[in-house]
Amino acid sequence: MALLEVTQLSISFLQYTKGSRQQTVTVMENLDLAVNEGEIVAVVGASGSGKSLLAHAIMGILPANAVYSGSIRYGGELLDEHLLRQYRGNEIALVPQSVTYLNPLMRVGSQLQTKLDGKAQASERKGLFKRLGLGEHVNRLFPFQLSGGMARKVLVSTAAHSRSRLIIADEPTPGMHPADVAEALSHFKQLAEEGCAVLFITHDIEAAIQIANRVAVIYAGAVVEVAPASDFQGEGEQLRHPYSKALWQALPGNGFIPIAGSQPSKSMDLQGCLFADRCMSAVDSCMSKQPEPRQLRGGTVRCLHAT
Amino acid sequence: MRLEGKGIGWRYGNGPWLFSDYDIAIQPGESVGLIGPSGSGKTSLGRLLAGYEKPLTGEVSVPGRSPNHTGYDPVQMIFQHPERAVNPRWSMARTLTEGWSPDAPLLDALGIKDDWLRRYPNELSGGELQRCCIARALGPNTKFLIADEMTTMLDAVTQAQIWHTVLEIASKRQIGLLVISHDHLLVNRICSRIIPFG
Amino acid sequence: MKQASSVVTLNGANRWNERRRTFASTILAAIFLAGIAACSWLLGSSGLSVQLENRNLAPSMTHLFGTDWLGRDMLSRTVKGLALSIKVGLLGAACSVVIAATMGLMAATLGRTVDRMISWLIDVCMSVPHLVMLILIAFVCGGGLKGIAIGIMLTHWPSLARIIRAEAMQLMAAEYVLVARKLGSSRLKVAIRHLAPHLLPQLLVGFLVLFPHAVLHEAAITFLGLGMSPHQPAIGIILSESMRYLSTGMWWLAVFPGLGLLLTVRAFDKLGNHLRQLVDPRHTHL
Repeated sequence: MALLEVTQLSISFLQYTKGSRQQTVTVMENLDLAVNEGEIVAVVGASGSGKSLLAHAIMGILPANAVYSGSIRYGGELLDEHLLRQYRGNEIALVPQSVTYLNPLMRVGSQLQTKLDGKAQASERKGLFKRLGLGEHVNRLFPFQLSGGMARKVLVSTAAHSRSRLIIADEPTPGMHPADVAEALSHFKQLAEEGCAVLFITHDIEAAIQIANRVAVIYAGAVVEVAPASDFQGEGEQLRHPYSKALWQALPGNGFIPIAGSQPSKSMDLQGCLFADRCMSAVDSCMSKQPEPRQLRGGTVRCLHAT
Repeated sequence: MRLEGKGIGWRYGNGPWLFSDYDIAIQPGESVGLIGPSGSGKTSLGRLLAGYEKPLTGEVSVPGRSPNHTGYDPVQMIFQHPERAVNPRWSMARTLTEGWSPDAPLLDALGIKDDWLRRYPNELSGGELQRCCIARALGPNTKFLIADEMTTMLDAVTQAQIWHTVLEIASKRQIGLLVISHDHLLVNRICSRIIPFG
Repeated sequence: MKQASSVVTLNGANRWNERRRTFASTILAAIFLAGIAACSWLLGSSGLSVQLENRNLAPSMTHLFGTDWLGRDMLSRTVKGLALSIKVGLLGAACSVVIAATMGLMAATLGRTVDRMISWLIDVCMSVPHLVMLILIAFVCGGGLKGIAIGIMLTHWPSLARIIRAEAMQLMAAEYVLVARKLGSSRLKVAIRHLAPHLLPQLLVGFLVLFPHAVLHEAAITFLGLGMSPHQPAIGIILSESMRYLSTGMWWLAVFPGLGLLLTVRAFDKLGNHLRQLVDPRHTHL
């Protein structure tokens, strides 16, 4: 059984239209995803596809006007407010996007420490800092005194302690120097080898396939394909969904080939396949009903034509 | 007729110099890549060239820029986070026409749809917003475009789409491009000349 | 964040959403204000006259709020007192907002030296307790209504000025404002089209938050017996006088004026907080 299991997750937002009237805008519909222990699952997709929302939903930090349905299970238990309070920052850890998520007025050392920490944890963190190449003095620094690379390591270390079993990393790499990216990725790899489940959210496919076991491709709020990372190679022939193929072939290192159109926006109500209007092989049946996820060659795909 | 920085230097407050006595020149119609790690001052250099800041030493010269920096600037800059570059209270129609009125062919080429114009920034995705920011910056008097990590936050498909369009327009109108990025593969793809920085 | 099953229904029929609550509290506050003004005008000054044969009456149909030890009608006194407090509050808060806006904008736009001077002034003003400053200023101005109004004006601006300064600075460094200049908009155009629409609602909220403060401070200073002559029906004077009679069991002397003051302050405090949420772009859709 998977450590983290997201089933049929839908997220909508209540938004004002005119004056005091509100409407619900659905941004994610029936999303399924599972992460096993010792496994890294990367979630890749366009900005606005809902990848960060997934992380926020799992951590229970969606904005107040969000409404969700479906279930998120952690170790078989339904992850509700009560359980989250118990596990968050403890067994379940979030690696945030940037240092702005740290308290600017607290020294690094004291904000890494939680209420539950005893001597054992303190010495563990000491070892961790050493392994990451962070000096003892870093504990006494304030967040603004950290350089980019140091900040990244500090953020990774917030999650990397022996209690964590599930780590959710939200876009930890954009704008980073390639050497730093490689280093950050190796930390996650190491954590997974020690038995953690890692959900790695990014739009950088190259970074994703370097470390992930499986890659989930998300488009307009739906997981259109889950594929083994090794399928991302060559011209992308191994890939199942036409969007995954397009994404792969659009990389500057591959073909740099664009496809026309853009991701359907949040407020659009689509009946059929979300990708149909940009798909070369779309037929009438694609327009009428959204395809259900189905198993295919060791992965999952939501497409009628995929072979 | 080129965008030129001569002996320019910049630092924040009394901090270390990010760069000093730096020379750079961009010809019309060429596409130059500026590549280097984060924090090395690439963005600051871009801002100096675009006239957002006065260099502490040296000077930037551009044909067609008014001496007191008023009026439509021949050097336009596109930022990494499009949602910060538009007024959150303005509809896209108002945002797009702030400097000039983009014509239908340009909007078409950039894939900007009519129904976006009535919407507000929080109702568009990052890629859609960035297209609008680009259309806004491509007025008839734009001679140089500085793209600061313009597609870093976007997915590969949108990135390829946007760059294909921008390169096409730039070569047709002989606009000089400065592409600031940390992505070697991208810069290799789209630039005729690459300057390592920092 | 809510699970779909609970309070919020999915079709968006959230009956008491933030915008409607704000609207409702605006109406309530307006009715309250209009009520006080209308009563004050209708009751005239007849109830304020001394009628020794009617003294110390408990609340009844003829004297809803009872009468005091001089036979004055407490309803009239309460309404007049509130009207006076509100008048002073409105005047004080409005002038504070003008001072705060001027100071904040000057600090943000006129360069580093001016900014340092104004920031220093703000720090100094905020480090001295409001009430002490208020008493000093009221005293220097020779007391009376004028003294208190000037005192409130001069003590309540710093916190708002600090907010306006920060907002203006942030706005002027915002990418979209910088871009607007490069697209050829003049400074004036940027100020009118980008800065003003953002700052004006902030000022309105500032006013609504300052107003109950000003009313409370007016009450506090008159309660302490500084400022106005005891013949004026200020709410603070009424309350402080009633203290002397509380032990004799005349509870109505303090309860009704006190409640009136509480209601005024709460109504506007609530309204201010609601509006502040609406103005905050992070909360647009709450």
